[in-house]
Amino acid sequence: MAKSIKLRASAKGDEVTVKCLITHPMETGSRKDKAGKPIPAHYITEVTGEHGSNKVMTAYWGGGVSKNPYLSFKFKGGKPGDEVKISWVDNQGNSDSSSAKIK
Amino acid sequence: MNTSMKRRVFLKGSLAASAMGAAVGAGLLTPQAVLAAWPKAAFEAKKVEDSLSNLMGTAATDASSDITVKAPDIAENGAVVPVTVSTSIAGVESIAILAEKNPSPLAASFDLGKGAEGFVSTRIKMGKTGDVIGVVKAGGKLYAARKGVKVTIGGCGG
Repeated sequence: MAKSIKLRASAKGDEVTVKCLITHPMETGSRKDKAGKPIPAHYITEVTGEHGSNKVMTAYWGGGVSKNPYLSFKFKGGKPGDEVKISWVDNQGNSDSSSAKIK
Repeated sequence: MNTSMKRRVFLKGSLAASAMGAAVGAGLLTPQAVLAAWPKAAFEAKKVEDSLSNLMGTAATDASSDITVKAPDIAENGAVVPVTVSTSIAGVESIAILAEKNPSPLAASFDLGKGAEGFVSTRIKMGKTGDVIGVVKAGGKLYAARKGVKVTIGGCGG
């Protein structure tokens, strides 16, 4: 599952911009399939972004975030070579994480 | 002698199996522990006000010109609406993104830690034309800014 996250972090001065794309269906649970049966909800509930041991950002998501979500945030105090880690957990208990070095 | 040896092997085997069972049990518990932190009531709320009071403790927001909500004027596909919320307010604790007209308005909430800038960008679903609301919590107060988005094809439901 390690390939569900595409992650990129770049530094400009001491400001780091983190961009990531996660592959996930993000099903709200309110849609129905062709037979009229509700499609079970399946979406990411929590995404965390860490810079070293510092938790820079924790995102809580609902079904209102688009399929294959994109996320970007910025923080200060990072430098090229530092590691940034993104991890997510969904409502069905799946999870994944990925890390990248700041460029 | 022979029997007791076998017994030993058997005991070892069962011990290992139970240790594995415990590990699996612990693994199963982790997502639930994480889910507990997830503001379920806020995401299930049907109104912007209910959602905000569940999430932030209050629904009272001050309109602020220091928040920029960047979203398209017209979203051709409501399933993918890029939204960026940025703010120059100091000491931002969290940023929430809500779509006013969605069945559950709250799309995402971001808790910002040490060093984080007042900037988040993501893509949300919008059921129909309405305002995207960016809510910023700073110093225990809520500030909000809106941006109207016209949706030509809805993104919630078929």
